[in-house]
Amino acid sequence: MIEEKFDAIVVGAGMAGNAATLTLAQRGLKVLQLERGEYSGSKNVQGAILYADMLEKLVPDFREDAPLERHLVEQRFWMMDDNSHVGLHYRSEEFNEEKPNRYTIIRAQFDKWFSSKVKEAGATVLCETTVTELIQDAYGRVIGVRTDRAGGQIHADVVVLAEGVNGLLGTRAELRPRPKPENVALAVKEMHFLPRETIEARFNLKGDEGVVIEAAGTISRGMTGMGFIYANKECVSLGIGCLVSDFQKTGETPYGLLERFKSHPSVAPLIEGSEVKEYAAHLIPEGGFKAIPQLYGEGWVVVGDAAQLNNAIHREGSNLAMTSGRIAAEAIFQIKSRREPMTAKNLALYKAMLDESFVMKDMKKYKDMPALMHINSQNFFLTYPQLVSKAMQNFVRVDGTPKVEKEKRSLRAFVEARSWLGLFGDAFRIARAWR
Amino acid sequence: MHIVVCIKQVPDSAQIRVHPVTNTIMRQGVPTIINPYDLFALEAALALRDQHGGEVTVLTMGPPSAADSLRKALTFGADRAVLLTDRFFAGADTLATTYALATAIRKIGETFGAPDLVFTGKQTIDGDTAQVGPGVAKRLGLLQLTYVAKISALDLDNKTIEAERRSEGGVQILQTRLPCLITMLEATNEIRRGGMADALRAARAEVVTWSAKDAGVEDITKCGLRGSPTIVKRVFAPQARAEKATMVDFSDTPPADALIAELFKRQPKLETELATLARGY
Repeated sequence: MIEEKFDAIVVGAGMAGNAATLTLAQRGLKVLQLERGEYSGSKNVQGAILYADMLEKLVPDFREDAPLERHLVEQRFWMMDDNSHVGLHYRSEEFNEEKPNRYTIIRAQFDKWFSSKVKEAGATVLCETTVTELIQDAYGRVIGVRTDRAGGQIHADVVVLAEGVNGLLGTRAELRPRPKPENVALAVKEMHFLPRETIEARFNLKGDEGVVIEAAGTISRGMTGMGFIYANKECVSLGIGCLVSDFQKTGETPYGLLERFKSHPSVAPLIEGSEVKEYAAHLIPEGGFKAIPQLYGEGWVVVGDAAQLNNAIHREGSNLAMTSGRIAAEAIFQIKSRREPMTAKNLALYKAMLDESFVMKDMKKYKDMPALMHINSQNFFLTYPQLVSKAMQNFVRVDGTPKVEKEKRSLRAFVEARSWLGLFGDAFRIARAWR
Repeated sequence: MHIVVCIKQVPDSAQIRVHPVTNTIMRQGVPTIINPYDLFALEAALALRDQHGGEVTVLTMGPPSAADSLRKALTFGADRAVLLTDRFFAGADTLATTYALATAIRKIGETFGAPDLVFTGKQTIDGDTAQVGPGVAKRLGLLQLTYVAKISALDLDNKTIEAERRSEGGVQILQTRLPCLITMLEATNEIRRGGMADALRAARAEVVTWSAKDAGVEDITKCGLRGSPTIVKRVFAPQARAEKATMVDFSDTPPADALIAELFKRQPKLETELATLARGY
C-alpha cells in the first residue's frame, strides 16, 4: 500500500477525466490520475468533433498547439433510403472565423496533447495502471482505489469516476446500475486515408475547412441509429451506430451495417480508393436524462460517459464530459477550501452546479426523445426516409404526370403507410419531445 | 553495486511506414518504444540489483522526447535516468554514438559512482548493427561479453562474473572480471511490471538531462553527423520475396506421398535425376 494520500484520485484519462484532473491541479489540489491505456487517448474512441467553447474554459489558448484537424464550415443531414438521400446542408462563410466553434479531431492525438496540459498543471498521471476496485470503509464510504500494480492501494479524500460508458468500478461497487442495452448504442468506425487534395475536392473544401455529414434512414435497417462521415486533414472518419438492444433484437451485425453504409451510392464515391488504417468500436450512452444515475455519494462523484451524460440528438458527448469533469472538480475544490469532508451531503454541490449548467438543461430538454425514437424506430428509420425519398423523386422527375396528381400520390403514400392518425401522432410526439 | 543500462528510443516497427517514393522511413507520427532488445538488458540489470543490492542507472542519447522512454524504464524499477540530448548529437552513426555514450558513462561514474557493469541490448531494431555495445566497451576499456543469455554467477567480493553466452553450435560458459559490459540476448527474461511505488516515483521523477558540455564531451567534432564517417548512399525497400506458400491436399494421399508428388510436379527434372541416381545403387 502507498502511504501517501491524495486530495483526489481521478480514474480515467478521457475528456471528462482530463478536464477534472486539469481543473483540480490548476486549483492546487494534490491529484493522481490513473489510466489503463499506454497513454491518454490510446484507448479512447470518438468520431470525433471537438466543441471549442468547453475546451476554452479549460485551456483558453488551446488553438496554439492542440492537434486539430479541420474547423467545420458545413453541416449536412442526410435522410437515406437504399439508393438515395434527401439532404439538408448548411454551409456558412461565417464559420471561417478567427476562433472557430467546432473542429474535427483524432482522439489518440488530441488526448495525448490534453494529457500533456494536465501534467504541466502539476497532476501526477499514471498510465498502464488499471483500477480494479474502489476501497470502501466499514460505512461504505469510498476512501481510495486498488490497482493492478503490486502494492497498488492508494487512498484519497475523493475519487472521481471518469471511467467511461461501461465503467466497471462504479457498477461493481453498486454505486450505479449497469447501462441497459436500450440505453447504449454500439458504434463502429473506420479511418479512411486519402490525399489531402482528394478530400478537399470531394467535400468541396479549401485549406483547413471541414464538413460533417450525419445520416439516418434505411442504413440502420429499421433500428435506432445513425451514420456519420467526418472529413479530417488526411483521412475520412466514417461510422455507424445503433442501440445495443436493437442489435440483439434483429441479429444485425455492426460490421454488416458499416459495409452497407460504405457501399451506399451516396457514400462510396467519397471514400473511393482510400486506405483503411484503423477500425474501432465504442459504446455511446443514449439513454438521455432518464438514464442518468446517482452522480455522487460518500467520497465519490461520477462524470462524463460513465454518468451517461450524452446528448444523442445533438451528437454532443465530449463537451458534456469536459464540462461535468470541470464542474465536479470545481465542487471538490470548493468543499476542500471550506475544509469540509467529501461526504455525499457536501458533494451534492456537484449535482447542484451541474443542474445549473447547460449540461443538465439540455439533457432535460430531450428527456422523452430516447423513448420515442426507440418505440417508433421502424417508422422513423425505415418508413419515413423511404416515403420522403419517393416524394422527392416524384417531385423532381419529369414524366408528363400533372403536378396535382403527383402531389396527391405522394400524400397518399404517406397516409397509406402511417394513416392520418399515425402521422399526426408522430408529429405531435416529436414536437412534444423537442419542446 | 552500480549498473548502467544503455537504452534507445526507437520507432515502433509494428506501426512504421516506408515512404512509397523516397523509400525513407516515415517517422512522423509513429509511436516510439524502448528498443525491445534493451528490455532484456534492463531486466537482467534489475534482477542483479534485487539480488545483490545497488543501483541501476538508465542512459539514453536522443531528442528531448526520449525522456518518455527513460520514464518508462523508471516505472519498471530503475533507480535513475540520464538523458543525453544536444543538437550536436544528431545524425550520429555508431562511432559517434559510442563516443557520446562512453563519455556520458564516465561522467555518470564521476557523479553517481563508478559502474561495475554496463548493459546494452544485443542490437537495436532500427539500426540493427549490434556495434554500439562493443564500441562502448572498447572506448571505456571494459571487458565485454556479447550475446549473453544468462548471468549465472556474480561475485562482488572477488569482482568476477560468470555468464552463459550463446554462440554458433552451443553455449559458452565464461567468467570474467568486473567491471565489464554485457550485451543481452533476446527472449532471455521477461521485463517486470513495476509496482505502484515505482510507477508513482517514475511519474514524478526528474530525468537528469545532460547536454554535450554537461556530459563532459571535449571534442564536439567526434559527435553527431560531424563525427560519423558512415555515409548513407542509398535507402531502398527490399523486394518482397517471390516464394508463396501452397496448400497441399492430404485427404486422398498420405502426407509424404502428396508432398513428394507436389515437389516433382514443380521440379520435373528432379524425378528423372533421382530415378537415374537410384538406378546406380
